[in-house]
Amino acid sequence: MALSAEASLQVPGVDPETILRVEDVYKHFPLGGLGGDTVRAVDGVSFELKRGETLGLVGESGCGKSTLGRCLIRLLNVNSGRVIFEGRDLAAMGARELRRVRRRMQIIFQDPFASLDPRMTVGEILAEPIDNFKFARGASRRRRIQELLDIVGLNPNFTNRYPHEFSGGQRQRIGIARALALNPSLIVCDEPVSALDVSIQAQIINLLQDLQGSFDLSYVFIAHDLAVVRHLSDRVAVMYLGKIVEIADRQSIYASPQHPYTKALLSSIPIPDPAKERDRAPILIKGEIPSPVNPPSGCRFHTRCPIARAPGICADQEPALIEHAGSGHVAACHFAGEL
Amino acid sequence: MASAVAAAQMAEWDSPEQIGLWSDAWMRFRRNRLAVVGLVIVILLLIDAFTAPLLVHLGVIIDPIKQDVAHIEVGPGGFGHLLGTDELGRDTLSRLMYGARISLTIGILVQGIIFVIGGTIGLTAGYVGGRVDNLLMRFTDIWYAFPDLIFVLVLVSVFGPSLLSIFGAIGIVNWVNLARLVRGQVLSIKEKEYVEAARATGTPPLRIVLRHLVPNALGPIIVTLTFGIPQAIFLEATLSFIGVGIQPPTPTWGQMVNDGYQAVYANPSSVVFPALAIGLTMLAFTFIGDGLRDALDPRMRR
Amino acid sequence: MACATRSIPGCGAEPLVTSGRPELSDALLQVKGLHTQFPTSRGLVRAVDGVDLEVRSGEVLGVVGESGCGKTMTALSILRLLPDPGRITAGQILFRGRDVTAMSPEQVRDFRGNEVAMIFQDPMTSLNPVTKVGSQIEEAMTAHSKFSQQIAKERVLELLTRVRVPSAERRAQDYPHQFSGGMRQRAMIAMGLSNEPALLIADEPTTALDVTVQAQIIDLLKRLNTEMGAAIMLITHNMALVASLCDRVVVMYAGRVVEEGPVEQIFSSPQHPYTWSLLRSVPRVDQARRERLVSIEGLPPDLSRLPGGCKFHPRCPFVEARCREEEPPLAEVASAQKARCWVLMRTLGDNPQDRIEPSAARATLLSAGEADGAVG
Repeated sequence: MALSAEASLQVPGVDPETILRVEDVYKHFPLGGLGGDTVRAVDGVSFELKRGETLGLVGESGCGKSTLGRCLIRLLNVNSGRVIFEGRDLAAMGARELRRVRRRMQIIFQDPFASLDPRMTVGEILAEPIDNFKFARGASRRRRIQELLDIVGLNPNFTNRYPHEFSGGQRQRIGIARALALNPSLIVCDEPVSALDVSIQAQIINLLQDLQGSFDLSYVFIAHDLAVVRHLSDRVAVMYLGKIVEIADRQSIYASPQHPYTKALLSSIPIPDPAKERDRAPILIKGEIPSPVNPPSGCRFHTRCPIARAPGICADQEPALIEHAGSGHVAACHFAGEL
Repeated sequence: MASAVAAAQMAEWDSPEQIGLWSDAWMRFRRNRLAVVGLVIVILLLIDAFTAPLLVHLGVIIDPIKQDVAHIEVGPGGFGHLLGTDELGRDTLSRLMYGARISLTIGILVQGIIFVIGGTIGLTAGYVGGRVDNLLMRFTDIWYAFPDLIFVLVLVSVFGPSLLSIFGAIGIVNWVNLARLVRGQVLSIKEKEYVEAARATGTPPLRIVLRHLVPNALGPIIVTLTFGIPQAIFLEATLSFIGVGIQPPTPTWGQMVNDGYQAVYANPSSVVFPALAIGLTMLAFTFIGDGLRDALDPRMRR
Repeated sequence: MACATRSIPGCGAEPLVTSGRPELSDALLQVKGLHTQFPTSRGLVRAVDGVDLEVRSGEVLGVVGESGCGKTMTALSILRLLPDPGRITAGQILFRGRDVTAMSPEQVRDFRGNEVAMIFQDPMTSLNPVTKVGSQIEEAMTAHSKFSQQIAKERVLELLTRVRVPSAERRAQDYPHQFSGGMRQRAMIAMGLSNEPALLIADEPTTALDVTVQAQIIDLLKRLNTEMGAAIMLITHNMALVASLCDRVVVMYAGRVVEEGPVEQIFSSPQHPYTWSLLRSVPRVDQARRERLVSIEGLPPDLSRLPGGCKFHPRCPFVEARCREEEPPLAEVASAQKARCWVLMRTLGDNPQDRIEPSAARATLLSAGEADGAVG
């Protein structure tokens, strides 16, 4: 794809193999009312994604992963920080440039029922992106739509059917076909299998893996299920209350987690192996996730952390996301690796 | 083994018979007997409204303005007047038939005005949001606070009781509920994932509104408009009843009730029939509205 | 059907003793030949189509299956809580020898919430939003007249403490919306336990919860089982949860039991292809290499139009001719393990996944690999 004339938007010093660079992104939602409270959904997040890579973004409710996902493709505008996609700062783009760039970055949603317009046929749903960019017309447009359905494993003759005539897994495939329609280079997958039955999840996971190989896609894979994330990802980032607490490759995140939250998360996930499960003693962290309106001071995890020094440095000072255990493996903890 | 997989694939691909959304709604509507009865009544009224002048021309019914002085305040069936005459000897039946034209026109056209005004305000407020939304909604609240009948009376006395000023008055006064409804619909649809998906695939805002917002919001809007018709009809009847509605000699049901009730003991039919007409028409539209509400509710789809 | 003639791991002569608890043998609940049906405009939905299962005193039984397999309907049938127009059309449900299906409405009310209690997936909708939590738990007790109001009040605090709700006294005066998701579930468990039931049925109790909270709830259930000796019937689609908590497993598909047995055997040597596929279709967090998941092709069956023969055969990667014609019985395939299958996984060698051919869709996909850019 030819570079646009907006060379001024090109951010210097970004490696061409880095398809996405997120620098210190903040996204807050005002709560209204008189207090001036905000929901600090994303509160200072930075990471990089290389071409062809899958970065898993995992966390529990309220960690901000879905909000972050939408910021990555500028469905939401960030309050501060930069999202640099293919070398260009998304926030600095005007409407026309942004529309052009949208072709290259797409999203798959969680809810297969809500992500398709119930009043449009499947053919119309898939035609929409194609028409937006006048990608193809007439007969070749029809062929492209059928080809997309075929790629995701659906009968290409069903273009006249409505979403409600398909099952959840089939609808999710339609959503994937829509994301593929414009040959993007990046797809943000926002919990794409959470709402599906177990046996259908495997179909979709396999499909996503196959598509990545066939079309050289880069994924940001967002989910709350660390087992699924670990299966699909090359690297995994763990989020808690709007911040990333650890990033590591899929082996290291399991073999040597540095952050207490990551450790607790890993030990909480049941394994389908009765012998192993009997011997495990999960690290139970107390309490529930604090509200993102009022995150704890210092390290956000200190109120539930088994090894927190509070009062002490953990309550006073927010730890930086730095390397503790080898290249690329970063964690934000004053006592990384101690648990 | 391959055949098992292929069979499974076929099973997956084999979808039940394709049903469009509007035909599905129509089928559900048909199953509601009261709604169908209402629809039949309204269709008959429409036919009547369109053909009444022709029928007079052809001599099938008596001219509603013609005064049969010899037969004043006659009861039903007397002297060739199927439903009797009023205090000026005018045939009740034909006046009823002509009255339908006014009532239906007012009912439907007023909703048209409401749709345009309320729809635009609600759509703008909901889609643009922020300060514009705030401003428009406060404006709407203030408008809502005006007592509608008095406002209509003021407008009609200023602009004279013509058909146009009455439409205008009723419409201008009653758009508030629709505006709020449209705004609510837009707000909820705007957040839906399929709208986010449309934005993500580069759909421009205007196309999002036309392609996604409007078709999905239409259901409740149609239902509200349908329920608004009997309200408008009744309001016109009220206006006529107090004398500021459409002026004679154009017959309207409200007028007929007004004229007739003074002689209710002598000739009850001159009040009863127009009152029945008003009531029946209102009921018919209400049944249709109920039927539409159930038929268009996506959650009740089979 | 001949079986159990070869030696199978885990199939020894001695009974399996789990976690040091005494051998569990008395059947507390026996479901025999249960049929539950829903007449609908599309036909008769056979939600539960001949289910036999057993819960023994003090054990934790896992009932596993996907949506539509009949596991929830089985539980609702046991408690006579079926929504209209569902009816139990055949079979017996024996609780300590008494047939629940034959009970009068008064007897059922007495039985429900008292000897058998149930907790549901979404505690927000099962708790009354306008009543204080403490009062609701109290009501569960006073409704059965087992405890006087005074004692019930005291027990509320005891129960809340036992389920580890902090500041129980203050919390009892709160309303459900003031509780977080995990705490609401604990409150539900407290309510369920208030009358000291012999059996607690938990229907997807942790599905709506975060994984760290889920771990807390599972730990709670484990403790309650060992401390109070209450049997638990855990209904879930999550095989890993079953491995964590259960002694025995029942796998359901299309309204019937397709496999059952002790948890170690089911996980180490599942005999039914559905169980086997299910275990291999779920990613494990401790997976070393990235193995391709086994995906079960097709869709769950329409319960109003079930296929002939084995109900799983349209989706089974190992289907044979007999499977299409005749439904297999639930037969013993190893000590204490039963499966409803003509083929059985152990007859397929060491690497049955090699027998599964790539689906037609994947084949198309691989050939579409070179498609890029606009179609001319």
